[in-house]
Amino acid sequence: MSTMTTETTPVLEARNVTMRFGGLTAVRSVDFTVNAGEIVGLIGPNGAGKTTFFNCLTGLYVPTEGTVSYQGTVLPPKPHLVTKAGIARTFQNIRLFANMTVLENVLVGRHTRTKEGLWSALLRGPGFKKAEKASEERAMELLEFIGLEAKRDHLARNLPYGEQRKLEIARALASEPGLLLLDEPTAGMNPQETRATEELVFAIRDKGIAVLLIEHDMRFVFNLSDRVAVLVQGEKLVEGTSEVVQADERVIAAYLGEPFEGDPGAAETAEVDAAEAGTTSTKGEAQ
Amino acid sequence: MTDTTTRALIPLPLAAARALVLVGGIATIVSAFLAWTWTSEFPGDLTITGYPGGLQWLTLIAGVLVTVFALSAYGVPGLGWLIPARNNAPLVLTAIGAFGVTWYTIISIAAELGGLANLEPGGWVAAIASLLPVIGAFALPEPHTESTKDNLKAYIAKPENIPAPAPLSPWLERAVITVATIIGLAVFTYGIDTEYGELFVGFLIVVVFAVWALHTAGLMDRFSRIVAHNRSFTLAMGFAAAIAFPFTQTDDHYANIGVNILIFGTVALGLNIVVGLAGLLDLGYVAFLGVGAYTAALVSGSEFSRFSGVHFPFWAAALAGAAASLIFGVLIGAPTLRLRGDYLAIVTLGFGEIFRIAVNNMDGESGPDITNGPNGIPSIPDLNFFGFNLGEAHDIAGFTIGRFANYYLLMVLIMALVVLVYTRAADSRIGRSWIAIREDETAATAMGINGFRVKLIAFALGAALAGLAGTVSAHVTYSVVPTPYQFAGSTPPNSAFLLAAVVLGGMGTVAGPILGAALLYLLPEKLVFLQDKSLLAFGIALILLMRFRPEGIIANRRRQLEFHETGQLDVPDTTTLSGEPAAVTKAGA
Repeated sequence: MSTMTTETTPVLEARNVTMRFGGLTAVRSVDFTVNAGEIVGLIGPNGAGKTTFFNCLTGLYVPTEGTVSYQGTVLPPKPHLVTKAGIARTFQNIRLFANMTVLENVLVGRHTRTKEGLWSALLRGPGFKKAEKASEERAMELLEFIGLEAKRDHLARNLPYGEQRKLEIARALASEPGLLLLDEPTAGMNPQETRATEELVFAIRDKGIAVLLIEHDMRFVFNLSDRVAVLVQGEKLVEGTSEVVQADERVIAAYLGEPFEGDPGAAETAEVDAAEAGTTSTKGEAQ
Repeated sequence: MTDTTTRALIPLPLAAARALVLVGGIATIVSAFLAWTWTSEFPGDLTITGYPGGLQWLTLIAGVLVTVFALSAYGVPGLGWLIPARNNAPLVLTAIGAFGVTWYTIISIAAELGGLANLEPGGWVAAIASLLPVIGAFALPEPHTESTKDNLKAYIAKPENIPAPAPLSPWLERAVITVATIIGLAVFTYGIDTEYGELFVGFLIVVVFAVWALHTAGLMDRFSRIVAHNRSFTLAMGFAAAIAFPFTQTDDHYANIGVNILIFGTVALGLNIVVGLAGLLDLGYVAFLGVGAYTAALVSGSEFSRFSGVHFPFWAAALAGAAASLIFGVLIGAPTLRLRGDYLAIVTLGFGEIFRIAVNNMDGESGPDITNGPNGIPSIPDLNFFGFNLGEAHDIAGFTIGRFANYYLLMVLIMALVVLVYTRAADSRIGRSWIAIREDETAATAMGINGFRVKLIAFALGAALAGLAGTVSAHVTYSVVPTPYQFAGSTPPNSAFLLAAVVLGGMGTVAGPILGAALLYLLPEKLVFLQDKSLLAFGIALILLMRFRPEGIIANRRRQLEFHETGQLDVPDTTTLSGEPAAVTKAGA
């Protein structure tokens, strides 16, 4: 494991997280930290357990072993409480509220930061109106931040793909998180959209929000991340800066496959080649 | 679409086709004044020349609609607003409506009196006159394609782009709403007051085709835009119309129908919170109506009540009924709401039946003596507000308001309360979280919504509203017995009918479930001549509606887009008005 460049307080700390489904161990004792103001990438081949690990972090799965803590307090394994604590997420396959408007989607994201219940909704006191107005203003700020303020009244389902991705991020930001988890934010995007997302992630970090992202687009991850962790077959293989990870042989092996163990050396290869050349020529002469 | 050739189904010159529609429409009007049959045995007395009776009135109205639309299509000044879409579909549909109601009458006369010989020449004139506009309408040119199905569809299609209307002044918008409310009240009152099944069927034919014609003409879109501008005014007009209804009635029997529709509609609106907003399929909802009714009956002071000495004032009884239903809702909801979809439906179905069977057995023999078992709790006394006895008829400003009309007015107040609760809850943080849970529960919980808690609130609120309606229903019907609170039956309210009212009327809307409840209550009430086949007819009608309009009669905007994905543009009002093409892309996710 490589050393970190800066020592800061951890926002997220996963200790010894293990997730088993019956006999299958999807995530095996992973220790993982995200510090404040950091962008951390999580990569790994398909089926490495990245999304499972994400789901453990956000409470969708209850880890078989280990704990996840946010700013020092252990998180309860309930998604809504995790969000309330300050971790927001997006999904690998977009999960917007398709039949709600763009603004309503972001307002739903405000759920944990508002507390007006049924009675307040029925009685419509001044507090209710104030809270609704404040929520709407905050939601509009976020829509401006991602550049969708003109489409506030469109249904989410009618947005183009790239804008749906952005909206999902805005919805997550609405819960005022300290840590944002992005599950493949550029999947299915063209290069321009990917670059725009890159800028968006930097802008989110500049707001003081730590970002953890799963991604398959290597250039995107290495450009963006202060630190990259590699997950292979449920285990954390390497963690470090982009350069360290890119140079690590085990990572290359995990993606491209191990070199064959009885790999013939260069000298042997030349020998075999020469021998083959010899046999073919003799064959040729015999005929 | 512009370069496709246009051709008519029936080859006629355009001028002749148009003239045929107009002439046919006028002829239909005239024919309604003739004698159609010789005997007054057929209900409505269609024997008088010079004065329409019964179903002839409906033919007359349908003929007027055809004529007016035909004149509008001719470009008669002052009538252009009738067809903003500038299409032929309203002509086709009103023509079919006039044809339908006339021929239905003629065939009923022949069938009921035994043969075509019972028709007077006037009847034949009417039959031919009402056929003319249909021929004329189908001789109008429409885009022609290879498939006959598409060609037919073109005749009843509503164009996608309707020219934007000129803005109306606010007072004119309100005048339009007022007129529409009066027409609506008149139509509704006529429907309730129909005295025999044939008249009700004819009424349905005319209303369905007229509304359909108005829809394809684009008038409905314009009207809903006006309503959107004047939401509270429309709501106020709606309730004014609801209150006006008993004053238009001379017979308390129709007020009885009215109060039952209101009870049914209120419960359907409560169910709409659970099904339409939160997306929880509840198949045992009628049990909550039962809990409210039984609670009210037990504390009503009825001598047959287990607690006959207890006599709560109505406000206390209503609160007790709502509270009992709420507790019952939480008790059922807490263990079951952890389930999703089908499983929840099955469990609620079971709990609904458990309520009925339990009440049936709490007679002191098979169980504790609380509900008198199958005999129920009879002779529930009438309500009395400050000396105003709801059981007696009162004269108000020259109108006699009977017992059921009193309860009707009480129910209007309760329904107003329920509508207020529904609209306020729907447009709030809690309402948004209900919709979010319905859309995607996993994403909703990831946004910090406590799914279980939010669903339980929806369930409990829906139950409390049903219980509230139940307290009134106990007094209206004098007695409560277990039988109506079943899953399915041939008369409302039962859980299947309640759910059908919500789905048929339009999930997630306010007016939808009320309209659905009105229809579902009136159909079995008016179509008694179908007897045991009424459920079959009802089932077929439901299947057809779900096939052709799955979003319900009154469509919620969200739902409509959900069911008709292709070609539906979702552009907010502002962009349409400025004519700016909004960037709309189909989302591939």
